[in-house]
Amino acid sequence: MEQQIVKVKNKKGVKVIPGFGLSLGVTLAMLGCLVLIPLASIFISAAQLSFGEFIETVTSRQVVSGYIVSFSCAFFAALINVVFGVILAWVLVRYEFPGKRLMDGLIELPFALPTAVAGISLTYLYSDQGWIGGLFDKIGVKIAYTRIGITLAMVFVGIPFVVRAVQPILEKLDRQYEEAAAMLGAGKLYTFFRVILPELFPAMLAGFGLALARGIGEYGSVVFIAGNIPYKTQIAPLLIMTKLEQYKYADATAIALVLLVISFLLMLVINSVQIYMQRFSKA
Amino acid sequence: MSEKKKQRMYNQDVSGDGIHSIQKVIEPPRESSRPVIKYMLIGVSVLFLFVMLILPLIVVVVNALGDGWAAYQEAVLDEYTVKALMLTLLATVTAVAVNTIFGIFSAYLLSKFYFRGRQVLASLIDIPFSISPVIAGLVFILTFGNIGWMGDFLKAHDIKIVFAVPGVVLATIFVTFPFVFRELFPVLNAQGKDEEEAAALMGAGGFTIFRRITFPHIKWALLYGVILCTARAMGEFGAVSVISGHLRGKTNTLPLHVEILYNEFNTTAAFAVSSILVLLAVLILIARNLVEWKKK
Repeated sequence: MEQQIVKVKNKKGVKVIPGFGLSLGVTLAMLGCLVLIPLASIFISAAQLSFGEFIETVTSRQVVSGYIVSFSCAFFAALINVVFGVILAWVLVRYEFPGKRLMDGLIELPFALPTAVAGISLTYLYSDQGWIGGLFDKIGVKIAYTRIGITLAMVFVGIPFVVRAVQPILEKLDRQYEEAAAMLGAGKLYTFFRVILPELFPAMLAGFGLALARGIGEYGSVVFIAGNIPYKTQIAPLLIMTKLEQYKYADATAIALVLLVISFLLMLVINSVQIYMQRFSKA
Repeated sequence: MSEKKKQRMYNQDVSGDGIHSIQKVIEPPRESSRPVIKYMLIGVSVLFLFVMLILPLIVVVVNALGDGWAAYQEAVLDEYTVKALMLTLLATVTAVAVNTIFGIFSAYLLSKFYFRGRQVLASLIDIPFSISPVIAGLVFILTFGNIGWMGDFLKAHDIKIVFAVPGVVLATIFVTFPFVFRELFPVLNAQGKDEEEAAALMGAGGFTIFRRITFPHIKWALLYGVILCTARAMGEFGAVSVISGHLRGKTNTLPLHVEILYNEFNTTAAFAVSSILVLLAVLILIARNLVEWKKK
């Protein structure tokens, strides 16, 4: 009945659970080979460009317009998603109605549907002869092949992020604060904006950040509806793709690097704000 | 958590003798007597979801069958479509298998052991999730392509990765890398180390601990993660588009095939092939919802 318990001793004390070495080894090996080493290639390749060439590529008018299109459309799309995400989460948590379960299940569709399929469907829907695009065309508003179309496609891919971030918080929200507010005479709208919304804000911000990141990087759903008109509807990923098709690898790398850095910075800012906010809320 | 409003009961001692009491029911707070806002919000939500989610699905179905059933069958059973389907399935199954193994090991590592650099590792694992898929594909070209630093090595051994099937599989693995981990980690983290430590102290070996204690906790999260990973892998477009070379019948996945058909203005066929993907997506949604309900 004697069994050796294998202990790994280190500064933090004795590790009782076995398997540290194995899991660390497998994790690092797979992470390294599949993610880190390929990712390092971008930096290696970018280093081969001279600094002057790098700046020249990255600040050329077309590239800058690509960044602006990507970031601005993603920003507005994420904002729209926050508004509708909160509404959807509220409706799903607080109300009962027929078809609610169906609605809840449908939210994940943008995750499950391939982006290319979403792309061609949205393009068809919003083109001049499309079911919705046709309606808007009559009043002179074009949707497909404009930035509005890009924003719409980005809204599509970002729908689940805010909803699923806010839903659990809303579910666990203690009703006593609303009841206290009601007893003190606050109206429903006042209660919503002053009592409930601040509780939801970190989750809304997290969802916003995820939707933003997704929108900036999104390729499949957006590329069909964008139309790739230079200076108007070229998104940054599409620009990278175009450079690749022209075998201009150096340019593509430079653009990609800047996109990566800006995205990481954005995420850092959003995460910092989130952490900062959490310090001032109750545990 | 039950979504029905909970009723609470309590006993009130009416007669004062401490023995007989009647049961009273505390009604949950009643819905606002003005359900206008409620119906308005529900209406807005339904409209939003209908326009954004359901209409595109209808578009696919209507267009796929637009030229009739015969044309639909022809497009779907076309040789290139079938080959694209095979490649998609291959990439998906491989990616899910690899990422599940990784997910289990890494979630176990990061939740059961404390070591320096734990947070850093967790952030590193999340990287593929936040990168644009086009950049993911670019990264592989820069590594394994002819201009990549491994390019010469691969050429010497006549191994083709970029613009060939292995590249497609690798890109799919990369993009879906953190999905299983992201599902398992919160569950294992919340569970804590106590049970495993107790088992280890009682003399159980590593695999037994995993099989008997860890695994039952993560059953549903694992299934959920696998489903998510499958969905993402099947639908991957950007990264695969960069790395595949678009060789029909060889390196085309189903989404890429859709793109080619669409760009050739073969709209009906494009939507017909899309309908396969839509069907798979709906199946995935159903599976995901079943798992959700089982979890509760």
